[in-house]
Amino acid sequence: MSVKIQAIGVTKTYSSPKELVYALNDFNLEVEEGEFLCIVGPSGCGKSTFLRILGGLIKPTSGEVTLIPGKDNVPLQNMVFQEYALFPWKTVMDNVGFGLQIRGFSRRERREISLEWLRKVGLLKFADSYPHQLSGGMKQRVSIARAFANNPEILLMDEPLGALDAQTRIVLQEELIRLWESLRKTVVYITHSIEEAILLGDRIVLMTAYPGTKKSEFLVPFKRPRDFAITSAPEFGQLTYSIWQDLQGEVRKTLEKQ
Amino acid sequence: MTLINRHQWTRNRDHLLSIGFPIFLVALWELTVSLKWLDPRFFPAPSTVGNALWNLIAKGELLGPFWLLPEKIRAGEWQGALKVLGEGHLWISLFRIFAGFLLGAIPGIILGVMMGMNRTIRVALDPVISAIYVLPKIAILPLVMLIFGIGEISKIVIVSVASFFLVLINTTAGVRDIEPIFFEAGYNYGASRWQMFNHVIIPGALPIIFTGLRLSLGTALIVIIAAEFVAAKHGLGYLIWFSWQTLLTENMFAGLVVIMILGAIFTRGLQVIEKWLMPWQREERLTPSDLSVVKSESV
Repeated sequence: MSVKIQAIGVTKTYSSPKELVYALNDFNLEVEEGEFLCIVGPSGCGKSTFLRILGGLIKPTSGEVTLIPGKDNVPLQNMVFQEYALFPWKTVMDNVGFGLQIRGFSRRERREISLEWLRKVGLLKFADSYPHQLSGGMKQRVSIARAFANNPEILLMDEPLGALDAQTRIVLQEELIRLWESLRKTVVYITHSIEEAILLGDRIVLMTAYPGTKKSEFLVPFKRPRDFAITSAPEFGQLTYSIWQDLQGEVRKTLEKQ
Repeated sequence: MTLINRHQWTRNRDHLLSIGFPIFLVALWELTVSLKWLDPRFFPAPSTVGNALWNLIAKGELLGPFWLLPEKIRAGEWQGALKVLGEGHLWISLFRIFAGFLLGAIPGIILGVMMGMNRTIRVALDPVISAIYVLPKIAILPLVMLIFGIGEISKIVIVSVASFFLVLINTTAGVRDIEPIFFEAGYNYGASRWQMFNHVIIPGALPIIFTGLRLSLGTALIVIIAAEFVAAKHGLGYLIWFSWQTLLTENMFAGLVVIMILGAIFTRGLQVIEKWLMPWQREERLTPSDLSVVKSESV
């Protein structure tokens, strides 16, 4: 397997009137092609900042981020946002086809691909609805379909299921596993849920709080295809616990700082 | 009563009230005049006003000698047809309003988007615009006439100035109001400058741009009537002013009625365009007072 994403010494600072705030400090990461990598850390540890740097939305203060393109004619990366970021003024179908529209696909091609993806996420009959008519879970399905429909080499997901209720979350986690296992794209997935990281990921990277840097790394031993059943395995509980043991100090640090 | 029935009943009652009460007021007016409680020289009865309106139309003052139109059009005399319409106070005022409105609103939207997107332009222009904005636009009519003369251009310019600032300020606010996440989504999917304008900025700012358009159309009506009071020989404002000076109060009232109808048509027209342009806007929600009605009925 070849390296798809390489981040070396990524540092991001914000200057506040009093002091220099480090959002990220000397963060290093390599992601293999076709790997599902989860980043877990306490809130405010800079994991979203890192994803935004990967997504080209912000520039690091220092350090280097390289996404290595493999194929022609497909976009390198696309993001799925926690706040869905669906355009309220576009129909569900046009939202899913947004990336294709930007890339100059014809109306017919766009329609075909969008409807295909809406069918895959079970929202075909909402193709002509507007986002405000959908529930949170449906919106995030559309947002995920928008990213997949654009067929990027890398998917960057910023706590996509963070705003959903626990039950909707499980349904979408299983859907995400199913979609990903059929396509095996490179994924960087930010979450604050340890269980979600184990359920979805091949590898989990933990981050420290203030400033965010890499703390440790866990390989997820579960075989694919996976589904929610693995959460009942004793190994699942053991892994969850050992990750928590490693992480809890950082979470406490965050709480004390506030 | 079932819930559906109660809704139906509430809606019927609302319809009845909204049509019935104005009719009641007009009838009351008619009655008080005929009972000589109101002086008909100052407050002519609605029937007299209606009559005056009819006369204004029949004599071709309000709409021009429109009965000549089919003949002119058949003969292909477009110039002549326009001249026919140009004799009607209503068409003259409408032309001034819409010409000025378009000349003001289009640059207003363009500069508004630039100000919304570009900090440098915004910071530089903001104080100037705020300073001019607070000036009542009719106050600069003498200046406008000094520059553009007393002809048609001055009236169009004053309307366009009034429209421009309202649309500009609202467009800027509309663009600034767009959630940053939509720009991020646009960038992440590789939108070019033009695609960003087309897919994010304009639709994102459209609801507030429309508020600006609605306000500026209303202001255009005010400004043109005021300008025609003092500086015109045609137009609805002139009709009202001249009727007052010659004590033809029923014609004055007829002019007011025409303006009211015009205002209502503008409002309704913009609502229709708004619905058509922005199908994603939520349906109107119940306001607290409406909710209190529902509540009191359910008790």
